[in-house]
Amino acid sequence: MKIPLKYTIRNLGTRRLTTGITVLGIALVVFVFSAVLMMAYGVQKTLIATGSDENVLVARKAANGEISSIIDRQTANVILTLPHIAKTPEGKPISSGEPVVIINLNKLTGGLSNVTVRGVSQQVFTLRPHVKLKEGRMFNWGSRELITGVAIEKRFAGSKIGEVVRFAGDNWTIVGLFDAGGSGFDSEMWGDADQLLDAFNRSAYSTITFRLDQPEVFQEFKAAFDKEPRLQQFEPKIERRYFEEQSELMAGFISILGIFITVIFSAGSTIGAMITMYAAVANRTVEVGTLRALGFRRRSVLAAFLTESLLLSLIGGLIGLFFASFLQFFTISTLNFGSFSELAFSFALSPTIVSSSLLFALLMGLLGGFLPSVRAARLNIVNALRSS
Amino acid sequence: MEPIIRVQDVSKSYWRDSFEIPVLNNISFEVPSGEFLALMGPSGSGKTTLLNLIAGIDRPDRGTINVAGTDIVALNESRLASWRATHVGFIFQFYNLIPVLTAYENVELPLLLTSLSKRERREHVETALTVVGLKDRMRHYPKQLSGGQEQRVAIARAITTDPTLLVADEPTGDLDKHSADEILTLLERLNLEFKKTIVMVTHDPRAAEKAHIIRHLDKGELQQN
Repeated sequence: MKIPLKYTIRNLGTRRLTTGITVLGIALVVFVFSAVLMMAYGVQKTLIATGSDENVLVARKAANGEISSIIDRQTANVILTLPHIAKTPEGKPISSGEPVVIINLNKLTGGLSNVTVRGVSQQVFTLRPHVKLKEGRMFNWGSRELITGVAIEKRFAGSKIGEVVRFAGDNWTIVGLFDAGGSGFDSEMWGDADQLLDAFNRSAYSTITFRLDQPEVFQEFKAAFDKEPRLQQFEPKIERRYFEEQSELMAGFISILGIFITVIFSAGSTIGAMITMYAAVANRTVEVGTLRALGFRRRSVLAAFLTESLLLSLIGGLIGLFFASFLQFFTISTLNFGSFSELAFSFALSPTIVSSSLLFALLMGLLGGFLPSVRAARLNIVNALRSS
Repeated sequence: MEPIIRVQDVSKSYWRDSFEIPVLNNISFEVPSGEFLALMGPSGSGKTTLLNLIAGIDRPDRGTINVAGTDIVALNESRLASWRATHVGFIFQFYNLIPVLTAYENVELPLLLTSLSKRERREHVETALTVVGLKDRMRHYPKQLSGGQEQRVAIARAITTDPTLLVADEPTGDLDKHSADEILTLLERLNLEFKKTIVMVTHDPRAAEKAHIIRHLDKGELQQN
């Protein structure tokens, strides 16, 4: 039979200071741990939301990202002749051949940073219906005008409607502000693809994105694509999957670095929990002797102390997670390794992060509480009773 | 009367550093069922050790101890714990109540080791607290009780499972005269009215007077009556 849980819970309340300090230590570590995971997940979520399951993006096989991919116009035309590409009522393919370049802009907080400028084609809003013009107007096709994502407008000087950005030896007027629903496009500027190619003296797009007439025909489309000898250097991917892969490097880096740091922090908290639990065992030696004399077994004592330690860490974990959850209201930006340009994203919490953070807290409790609990369980009854 | 405790040729030593300190030397005696035995002797004579051996919380180096028909020396640790839960009620000098549990919860503790339902446990606890006269204090924590009351709660905890044997180690050692008298009267009542076999270790001759049998220990040996 177990030692009642109320014994464990009430004992936590008897040592408020040491319990409080231990809980605080665990809460801080869990806060950092979950913040890191929320950051990585935020990047991933932002980039994954950039792509659509209904679109296909074609890039050069050897390219690590859109920046390093090149698709000449002839190849783009070959691709658009393949079957299953959705068309407008007028019979035009719903596609966008896109040159992607990077420019430097001054951040409002000081210093220069990279910003992605994407050249788009006329079907872009049909292709990406989640992108909406929020203020101003759409740029005029054939002119040196840009529309800018909401995250860029908030963070970069000279990126408001009416202001002029200078790059590729020309002035580009910002005429509109678009909202891409928190996706990576919010951190971009968009202009006429042909104007961009002309300004940068290029003849090739970076990527081409188009819609399939039915999303489930992708494998069929890919088979046709792979059979075409002129397309052997290129690879089609579902757009969402493409951006998901782009997020992996960045999210992986944040996760690994963050987890490495928090694991080091957690050693401190685990030792803290261990000291608290050793003190608990020392203070309650007579109680342990009494419980054992009454007939409670070693494993009941072990379970009671281990539960106490786990409860301690669970409370710390819940507190850390509670405060970390407020990070969801913050948006930060960092250099995305995939695109080499600034990416704004929000911290994002997921059920997996909640469970991993609580498991991490419980692991600290388990490691910190195990040895003291074993000591309590192994106490000799007579010696324990004598310590009164 | 049939003996409920049979101790035969029991010896026990402790080791301190590399020195063996003999505590009990070839002890043999019997306690009939329903008896009230007082073990007396100077400090270090081995009386508490003998009590611990009879109660199954310590093991002899040699000899056998049979309590209520069970050779408790032969039991493994787990079975011995179950045996204690069923057969032994403990009364300690410093009461050893769990401070974070109420009087009711302290008395209920040994019952958690039985298969009784919650309702049955409540009946047992209330009966035990009524016997010791503290039913009205069952929601109180130990720190809200006097020393005498704490010891009465400890006695209620000891009798709540209706054990075969009550073992009391200096039960009045931490109490004033008035409280000590109350406790001794209660023990006497448990023995006479409820037919409980009691083995009590004491220094106090007044306490020993309540017992039917007094055995003296000296230097680990049981003195002849």
